[in-house]
Amino acid sequence: MNNRNNITFVQGNEACVEGAIYAGLDFFAGYPITPSTEIAEHLASRLPQKGGKFIQMEDEIASMAAIIGASLTGNKVMTATSGPGFSLKQEALGYACMAEIPCVIANVQRGGPSTGNPTHVSQGDVNQARWGTHGDHAIIALTASNHQDVFNITVQAFNLAETYRTPVILLLDEVIGHMREKLVIPEPGDLPVVERLRTSVKKGVDYHPYLPREDGRLPMSDFGGEHRYNVTGLFHDMWGFPSNDPKVVSELLRHLIDKIETNVNEIAMYKEYWLDDADYILISYGSSARSAIHMARNRRARGVKIGVLELQTLWPFPAEMVREKCAGAKAVIVVEMNMGQVVTQVKNAVDNPHTVFLANRVDGELISPSDIKTLLRMIQGKGV
Amino acid sequence: MTKERFDFKDYIRPRFFPHMWCPGCGHGIVLSSLLRAVHELGLEKNEIVITSGIGCSSRISGYVDFHSLHTIHGRALAFATGVKLSKPSLKAIVPMGDGDALAIGGNHFIHAARRNIDITAIVMNNRIYGMTGGQFSPLSGSGKKATTAPYLTIDREFDVVDLAKSAGATFVARSTVFHAVECKDLLKKAITHKGFSVVEILTQCPTYYGRKNKEGDAIQMMEGYKNNTVKIGSKKLEENPNLIQRGIFVDKTDVPEYCEAYDRIIQTAMKGKA
Repeated sequence: MNNRNNITFVQGNEACVEGAIYAGLDFFAGYPITPSTEIAEHLASRLPQKGGKFIQMEDEIASMAAIIGASLTGNKVMTATSGPGFSLKQEALGYACMAEIPCVIANVQRGGPSTGNPTHVSQGDVNQARWGTHGDHAIIALTASNHQDVFNITVQAFNLAETYRTPVILLLDEVIGHMREKLVIPEPGDLPVVERLRTSVKKGVDYHPYLPREDGRLPMSDFGGEHRYNVTGLFHDMWGFPSNDPKVVSELLRHLIDKIETNVNEIAMYKEYWLDDADYILISYGSSARSAIHMARNRRARGVKIGVLELQTLWPFPAEMVREKCAGAKAVIVVEMNMGQVVTQVKNAVDNPHTVFLANRVDGELISPSDIKTLLRMIQGKGV
Repeated sequence: MTKERFDFKDYIRPRFFPHMWCPGCGHGIVLSSLLRAVHELGLEKNEIVITSGIGCSSRISGYVDFHSLHTIHGRALAFATGVKLSKPSLKAIVPMGDGDALAIGGNHFIHAARRNIDITAIVMNNRIYGMTGGQFSPLSGSGKKATTAPYLTIDREFDVVDLAKSAGATFVARSTVFHAVECKDLLKKAITHKGFSVVEILTQCPTYYGRKNKEGDAIQMMEGYKNNTVKIGSKKLEENPNLIQRGIFVDKTDVPEYCEAYDRIIQTAMKGKA
């Protein structure tokens, strides 16, 4: 392929599809739901072209269940949904956390709760991505504000899912999902792709499916391979044998959380704009980061020392990084389209939480640069 | 194909034993019939994935030395669909309880049947939720006692065979744990069948269903299976049409199997690309 053929003009949902194919997606199960449906539609066409499998399941729960089953036979797997479907997937998502099954779940966010505002943008599922399934657990959730980044974080989502043997959530939003924009598809090898770590234990030798290596990683054995083992959502020992031994329960729970939380810096992806001398810092993510960057660029031209910290990893929340970046700021404005989900994390992270403000919009419209400017001028003590 | 005499120890995981079933439970007979069927078919343990949900019956997956996937309540067939479609060379067997299969899992049951994906679903029908302590199930039927029906059930029951048949399953059979050899033979046919197969096995829960409904102990309940069931089309039905029929109700071979049909989609898609 020459470079010209690598340039496309696509929806964000298609950028996600192309990123998934680049990362080596083999199997997708899904159910139609606005505004994520294009992901399923494009994969229905793209996957069989490369010998992969696409299945439209009977519901959202079944889609989540099917990708877990397909991951166990050695495939890179994904499903896509939006708010109501994301709610339905939560039990099986927790199963993937507990059984440590690599999988990627795209949630193209729309307004909620309930059926909400299906064709309009929202970022209301940030906390659901973190705590949607029951019980203590850790999770990885990534987001992006433009199609090149959607492609990149999708590849990274598969890499993290394989590295940490965990579900990874792609928190896109309706604006990103449906907006059309240029995408340059990288050549193979341009972006790192992590393949599944498989056990080197030979036939006839005991394989402990849930005994982590020294580096914390768990080599897998595909269903159908030489090693037969049990996979369960119950607390289990290194054999996958169900257990309610207090030591086994506590150790497994701590392992599930530690393997992600102790690697927060490795998992943290972010971009920064004009932060070096910034008195005012906008923290944003997803489509609202586009307005934040636009507004900051305009204010910079007028001499305001303002910068943007764009988060791409929302969970585990990169608190230490946020604290450091915000250390010299007079004020921090979190720009998001919900009632304040990331702002709570930022307040917990920074040294001066009383200097953290929320610029938000929750009416289904994209937050605009002037929405943010209004708040900035109030903070600056200027007239609106 | 059978090379050696059947020894259940070749097929179980000793560390999972003793099992958690109550004394007198019929589920052990289902397990035994299944393992004997696998043995007689000469299947390799590595080619079988057993997927289950939640409930007494679902514990079978841990006891057997196959690839085993013990999942969440009601969704076993959806997990198994992912396993099977992603690796069609594997034999997919899904043991389920009546609540697991037909209450919370009812949607997955009819859709797996509609797709005709090559999975063997075993519905272990004890007409009760055993693990949670004796609540009525969608197979209890009306006029029964359960902890959630202290004044008798008013819910009607599904007929598993009729339901599977209408949903499009291409192999449908029924037996009971009293008829262990018949169970084994039906399971052999179901596992060999190319397409979605359903085997309903009536299995007693003396602890909850039997006790609540005064059906006696395990032996009396098994005698009930002997006396209240007949082979399909038996003359005894003329005298007593309420007898439950056992045997093969559906055995179709002219419906495309889902994974094979998808392979043809791949061929088409690859041609289109070239």
